[in-house]
Amino acid sequence: MMTQTPAQEVKNTTCYMCACRCGIRVHLRDGEVRYIDGNPDHPINKGVICAKGSSGIMKQYSPARLTRPLRRKQGAERGAGDFEPISWEEAFSMLEERLAHLRETDPKKFALFTGRDQMQALTGLFAKQFGTPNYAAHGGFCSVNMAAGMIYTIGGSFWEFGGPDLERSKLFVMIGTAEDHHSNPLKIAISKFKREGGRFISINPVRTGYSAIADEWVPIRPGTDSALLLALIHEIIAKGLYDRDFLVRYSNGGQLVNVDEANDEFGMFLRDDVPAADGCYDPQDKLWWDRRTDRAVRTHNADADPYLLGEFRLEDGTPAKPAFQLLKERVEEYTPEWASRITGIPADTIRRLAHEMGVTARDQRIELPIAWTDSWGVEHESVTGNPVSFHAMRGLAAHSNGFHSIRALAILMSLLGTIDRPGGFRHKAPFPRPIPPCARTPKGPEGVQPGKPLDGMVLGWPAEPDDLFVDDQGGPVRIDKAFSWEYPLAVHGMMHNVITNAWRGDPYKIDTLLIFMANMAWNSTMNTVEVRKMLNDKDENGEYRIPFLVVADAFQSEMTAFADLVLPDTTYLERHDAMSMLDRPISEFDGPADSVRIPVVPPKGECKPFQEVLIELGSRLKLPAFTTPEGTRKYRDYPDFVVNYETEPGSGIGFLAGWRGKGGEKALRGEPNPNQWEMYAKNNCVYHHELPKSYQYMRNWNKGYLEWSQRNRITRYAEPILIHLYSEVLMKFRAAAQGKGTSRRPPAHLAERVATYFDPLPFHYDPLECQATDKHTYPLAAITQRPMAMYHSWDSQNAWLRQIHTHNVLFVNPITAKNAGIEDDDWIWVESQWGKVRCMAKYSEAVEPGTVWTWNAIGKAAGAWNLSPKSNEARKGFLLNHLISEELPGDQGRISNSDPVTGQASWYDVRVRIYKAEADEPKITSPQFDTVKPFPGQPKRSRILNFFAAKGGK
Amino acid sequence: MTQLALVIDLNVCVGCHACVTSCKEWNTSGEAGPLVDLRPYDADPTGTFFNRVQTFEVGEYPNTETVHFPKSCLHCEEPPCVPVCPTGASYKREEDGIVLVDYDKCIGCKYCSWACPYGVREVDAKRKVMTKCTLCVDRIYDDELPEWDRKPACVRACPTNARLFGDVHDPDSEVSTAIRENGGYQLMPEWGTKPANHYLPRHKTRITVREDELERSDNPLRIDSKLPKPDRDEPSLDDVTSW
Amino acid sequence: MHPAFSVIFLTTLIGAGQGLFIALFLVESLGLLGMAPIQDGNFFALGTLASLILLGLGLIASFFHLGRPERAWRTATKWRTSWLSREVIVLPAFMGVVFLYGLAHWLNFNPTLFTLPGDRAVLATVALGAAGTVLAVALFVSTAMIYAAVKFLQEWHSPLTVVNYTVLGAASGFTLATAYAAWSGAQLVHVLASTAIALTLLGLVTRIASLIRNARIKPKSTLQTAIGVKHPRIVQKSQGFMGGSFNTREFFHHKSDGFIRTVKWVFLIAAFGIPTGLLALSLVMTVDPTNVLIAAALIQYLGLIAERWFFFAQANHPQNLYYQSVA
Ligand SMILES: Nc1nc2c(c(=O)[nH]1)N[C@H]1C(S)=C(S)[C@@H](COP(=O)(O)OP(=O)(O)OC[C@H]3O[C@@H](n4cnc5c(=O)[nH]c(N)nc54)[C@H](O)[C@@H]3O)O[C@H]1N2
Ligand SMILES: Nc1nc2c(c(=O)[nH]1)N[C@H]1C(S)=C(S)[C@@H](COP(=O)(O)OP(=O)(O)OC[C@H]3O[C@@H](n4cnc5c(=O)[nH]c(N)nc54)[C@H](O)[C@@H]3O)O[C@H]1N2
Ligand code: SF4
Ligand code: SF4
Ligand code: SF4
Ligand code: SF4
Ligand code: SF4
Ligand SMILES: [Mo]
Repeated sequence: MMTQTPAQEVKNTTCYMCACRCGIRVHLRDGEVRYIDGNPDHPINKGVICAKGSSGIMKQYSPARLTRPLRRKQGAERGAGDFEPISWEEAFSMLEERLAHLRETDPKKFALFTGRDQMQALTGLFAKQFGTPNYAAHGGFCSVNMAAGMIYTIGGSFWEFGGPDLERSKLFVMIGTAEDHHSNPLKIAISKFKREGGRFISINPVRTGYSAIADEWVPIRPGTDSALLLALIHEIIAKGLYDRDFLVRYSNGGQLVNVDEANDEFGMFLRDDVPAADGCYDPQDKLWWDRRTDRAVRTHNADADPYLLGEFRLEDGTPAKPAFQLLKERVEEYTPEWASRITGIPADTIRRLAHEMGVTARDQRIELPIAWTDSWGVEHESVTGNPVSFHAMRGLAAHSNGFHSIRALAILMSLLGTIDRPGGFRHKAPFPRPIPPCARTPKGPEGVQPGKPLDGMVLGWPAEPDDLFVDDQGGPVRIDKAFSWEYPLAVHGMMHNVITNAWRGDPYKIDTLLIFMANMAWNSTMNTVEVRKMLNDKDENGEYRIPFLVVADAFQSEMTAFADLVLPDTTYLERHDAMSMLDRPISEFDGPADSVRIPVVPPKGECKPFQEVLIELGSRLKLPAFTTPEGTRKYRDYPDFVVNYETEPGSGIGFLAGWRGKGGEKALRGEPNPNQWEMYAKNNCVYHHELPKSYQYMRNWNKGYLEWSQRNRITRYAEPILIHLYSEVLMKFRAAAQGKGTSRRPPAHLAERVATYFDPLPFHYDPLECQATDKHTYPLAAITQRPMAMYHSWDSQNAWLRQIHTHNVLFVNPITAKNAGIEDDDWIWVESQWGKVRCMAKYSEAVEPGTVWTWNAIGKAAGAWNLSPKSNEARKGFLLNHLISEELPGDQGRISNSDPVTGQASWYDVRVRIYKAEADEPKITSPQFDTVKPFPGQPKRSRILNFFAAKGGK
Repeated sequence: MTQLALVIDLNVCVGCHACVTSCKEWNTSGEAGPLVDLRPYDADPTGTFFNRVQTFEVGEYPNTETVHFPKSCLHCEEPPCVPVCPTGASYKREEDGIVLVDYDKCIGCKYCSWACPYGVREVDAKRKVMTKCTLCVDRIYDDELPEWDRKPACVRACPTNARLFGDVHDPDSEVSTAIRENGGYQLMPEWGTKPANHYLPRHKTRITVREDELERSDNPLRIDSKLPKPDRDEPSLDDVTSW
Repeated sequence: MHPAFSVIFLTTLIGAGQGLFIALFLVESLGLLGMAPIQDGNFFALGTLASLILLGLGLIASFFHLGRPERAWRTATKWRTSWLSREVIVLPAFMGVVFLYGLAHWLNFNPTLFTLPGDRAVLATVALGAAGTVLAVALFVSTAMIYAAVKFLQEWHSPLTVVNYTVLGAASGFTLATAYAAWSGAQLVHVLASTAIALTLLGLVTRIASLIRNARIKPKSTLQTAIGVKHPRIVQKSQGFMGGSFNTREFFHHKSDGFIRTVKWVFLIAAFGIPTGLLALSLVMTVDPTNVLIAAALIQYLGLIAERWFFFAQANHPQNLYYQSVA
């Protein structure tokens, strides 16, 4: 037994073993991390922690850490990982010289793409200041469908922007979720919900994790949820189980749509003759058909009650239908029987689910004695709600029909009357926001000018075709082609196409690609084998097609080996971070919240926080935001920047919302406070602004809340945010494609695509890849799950976590396996149109027979992460990404394997077949990659680990 | 007499492994540590852990249940592992029923592990002594910790609160109540080891919707379905009948 | 269980040592009773030395089983409850007596200790021999009870385990004694070989009895009782770790069923069949049977190693229910 040294110390900070951002207490003994537990005073995790969070020590002391800036050795191949250490000064001068030149000549030749980071506020600012349009974070390859599908419908979304109110819910339906970002809070909530007798249904092809404890598992074929959801809507409407009062007041369901096909305004809402106000909100100038007076009136006319169904004719003869009528017509053919054939779920089950949802919503109404006033000045004595809640994530999002599935879900939730109400879906600040939110990118190439910041946001929310970021021919301005006619609502960018596009020089060649915290040579890339070749590919002149590659990472990921310059980042325990309101804060249902990280241990070796790198570069390049009017460096370092930066001089809006004002007396808005960090440090590293109860619900139409939010500059307008059952925004794109209206038109070859997929009402279609697949040859859907004890690719370096998942297998339903002559634990080939992998199969009764699945990103390239080349990850583990293509062949050339509306990467659309490997084949996974050796400065990996804090892992 | 124990609620355990690594983390630098890891970055990494979470599939598709099943020493009331120990290193504490190993006495003969039907003892491959769950004795009585923190590391960690900790002999404790009210059970009762740790089973919530509840008189369709009105000048019986 | 060679050697070596000692004492007793030729002190001294060497080797082997052999002395403390502790006490005690027995014979120091009623003088060697025999039996019981007392190992938890340890140990000791007698030219081959054959055949019977018993065992624990879920179809998907642990190493043999079956036939033939044949042969041989008997002893010993390996491998620990699948 070892005696414990008394030198114990506890420091608070925020976890970053995943993106959930729990509050942690780091216990140090003689300066070494002894124990990390959850902070009970933290609003996110309330004291609990997860498997990853508890293994932070093994990340901190991992031999995979990079400790020195590295330059690829002269003559060494990219990917071989042959580096020489250099000083930071050399690294900075190299970057400064190169970037200064690009900025002065053609700023778009610099591209900055970041992965699972939590500092898009800073990285986005840097890109904008630099003047390049080529910036995005992981959202596009992650779940942009979720964000866009819901934000374009209800002004808020799941993911980090809102969630189910399980505290008051009675029926919880979880669709396509395995672990999610809000993982600890969701676990806390699901458990409480179950214990209080709530009913939990999981709709998922696979039953793992949370789904395991569901009262009912509804297995579904991947990519078919829109069929299910539309059938549920069908049944809810057919049985009259929708919340009429809610829809009438709070959605556009009663608003009249012009149904005169000959008219240029076909499909648009009919408007009162009041001229439309100018601004980024949805003006209240539409019409209802009033039941009492049987004529068209302006919406929300206090005496009126609109028809939701029917067909009407305006005085001028224009035929009109309420949006809800159009929805009803749309779902007419989507019967449960129809959906059953597509989804594999019995029609009776679909009907029963609809009835459970509808009846619970209708008959178990919640009423809270909270008075509030709506946007039209009507005072309500109580807040009511219907206790049916949903949660969905990438099972819906990561398909090329995900946008419309998610719209269908948002509409179903709205029909049940569950938007920002107790027991249903609840927003988190800064949501709800206008549909769509106000940020816009530049609208054309002129927004990109040498030596100048970008004239617009790097990422935005197009509201109409004129908002697209395209050139005169309608071609893309961005390297990833986001916001072009190919993917008009690619609001998070399309990181998964960057490397391929840059390699091909389509739409143009770039010079420097800076990748931060993304493993783009491995798990966040599709078509991995080819992409790795592209990274290393040279043109006719022997020059790299992507001339300069910079990778900022904390660990020896697969990506780092391809870098020309590696910038070693700190770990989350070594740096300042801000989970900012300008990015994705940690807000709760009851009000905005943001949080910080404060270093608890010094940086290892020469590691430097990437934030400091950006501040340094911004200062050296004299980007306006980082430079004083006198032309000198404005910020000492990142903590200084966080305290003093304001979005505009004097705006009072900065990275952190808490303790603003000179003495920390203000919140959300206020002058910089020199002691802001100390105040965060004293308060568990989190600022949580609890709203008055009357501002906590119905926020889309809550006058008090909206005005509060406007006063605090969370939103620009205080106009109500009506639910878009019918999306006029989408209709505008369709109209343009149909040659109507005065806006920009898509290039001819894309007109049909835009007209098809920009349907103002959700519809079901086979995911694009399935449309392009011979389903007899490739009958099975292949998907992945997040393991709870592993974060993407970055935890295999973790000595404790990798004991839990050290290789992965393909889980197959025994019926499917036996049909293919495959025994449990057999080595098999999994083959898609695009590639094949050899791996091991495992029987599972918890997977729908048409689906095979594996844990995500367990397989590793030999030698990466400073694992032995003999490690199970490299020999037995495999990556499903080898089977997924980043592009699909089309009549008009290749097109990204993405949702045609949002550019969401379609991870879960791939179709495969499986067959037994030959008996004489080696029992290792295929493909294999050349072993990468450890980089200079990496700690040696120990052969035996006997970690005991303050004994240096003796 | 006190018998401290864990009660594990399979009804809410999602199999997250938080209890596994938080246990490892606490104990490796604690009184039970260090807990070795062999080949930590090589093939077949293996190490000493006191708690493991396993997964079972029950039933056949589509009626499959996935059961996550955490297991550590059950602190049996009749611990077969104790009397067999030739050195007295394995013992059960009178005062609180915790079964412990005295690492200074243990000779690493492994006999106690043979005598445990549950597979929860592990010889630490470096220290060559028997180790197992200590119920975090070095936390639960530590006066330096605030009251709320005097709980096993795994209990503090568990995000679903599936791990309850307390005295199963005190009928009013949270754990006893949970066992009583939720059908708590012991593992392998056939051996008479009387594990102090208990498990709470899955239970299901159902909603029954009866036909007559489905459509109500205030069904909004009645309001919204404006029946189509024929034009006034469309033909009608009125035009042709005369009686 | 995972067959550990330390324990296999320990039990087989001391078993043979015990049997050999009993055989020596039997020879002495029969001699005194006039039922066999009397042997000189050296015969016993040398035989005892062989026994001691076997016991010593067994003891050494046992240390390899301990993680912390330097603390082995602690094992003697829990004799009230632990058969292992009892074994640890009895083994050295037995070795002590064996040593004294051999020493007395070597020094020809054999005073009458006392006289029993009926004028029967009790010689020191006889007293030591009797005490040694009692201890040998106690040691058989202690060793065997280490296994037989573990009720979770249903294959072991049976009186047959004690019987087998005793009979098989005795048989191997007697075969060895026979070979020794032949080698040393003593006129004992007949009586010893007959006894050895009897013991070996008895061992065969009891061992087959235990094989039959074990083949019929219905495991008391099932996956249903192990996790407390009442459903006929439960399959483990993940044991919670992938690179193995103490629990996957200590309690599994990691061998195929075919391999196990082969070992069973090997030990049945090598521990029983061949030795019986060779011993019987020695009875009818007209030439010096020494080599044949040495072969018999060696083959029987090797057979017993296989037997012991099988004994461990066959024991199915209920904890294995929890460690069945890596994924
Ligand atoms: N532990 C851990 N936590 C994480 C992460 C991690 O790597 N590890 N990653 C984080 C990140 S970046 C993200 S984006 C989130 C993602 O969080 P999730 O979206 O919960 O993660 P996925 O594992 O992608 O889960 C997708 C689920 O959808 C199911 N699914 C797939 N296709 C379909 C379908 O067509 N229909 C339905 N109904 N279901 C389907 C899959 O079976 C799977 O259960 O998790 C975050 N949290
Ligand atoms: N087949 C399949 N592929 C998928 C998915 C899927 O479900 N299935 N999911 C997709 C999704 S949703 C996502 S979000 C992506 C995630 O893909 P990535 O964003 O590539 O995620 P990671 O593998 O976590 O890699 C991020 C990098 O961050 C590094 N890193 C970790 N901590 C730090 C730090 O503190 N500083 C710095 N600078 N670097 C750090 C790691 O070493 C690693 O190289 O994967 C996508 N890929
Ligand atoms: S859920 Fe994520 S942030 Fe929270 S403790 Fe786990 S790893 Fe850390
Ligand atoms: S579970 Fe095993 S180790 Fe723990 S007390 Fe019971 S028998 Fe002993
Ligand atoms: S291994 Fe240690 S604790 Fe177990 S029986 Fe042997 S001496 Fe006792
Ligand atoms: S009580 Fe402590 S030692 Fe036991 S499993 Fe929990 S954390 Fe580990
Ligand atoms: S921490 Fe809790 S929920 Fe997670 S595996 Fe352990 S018991 Fe289950
Ligand atoms: Mo993601």
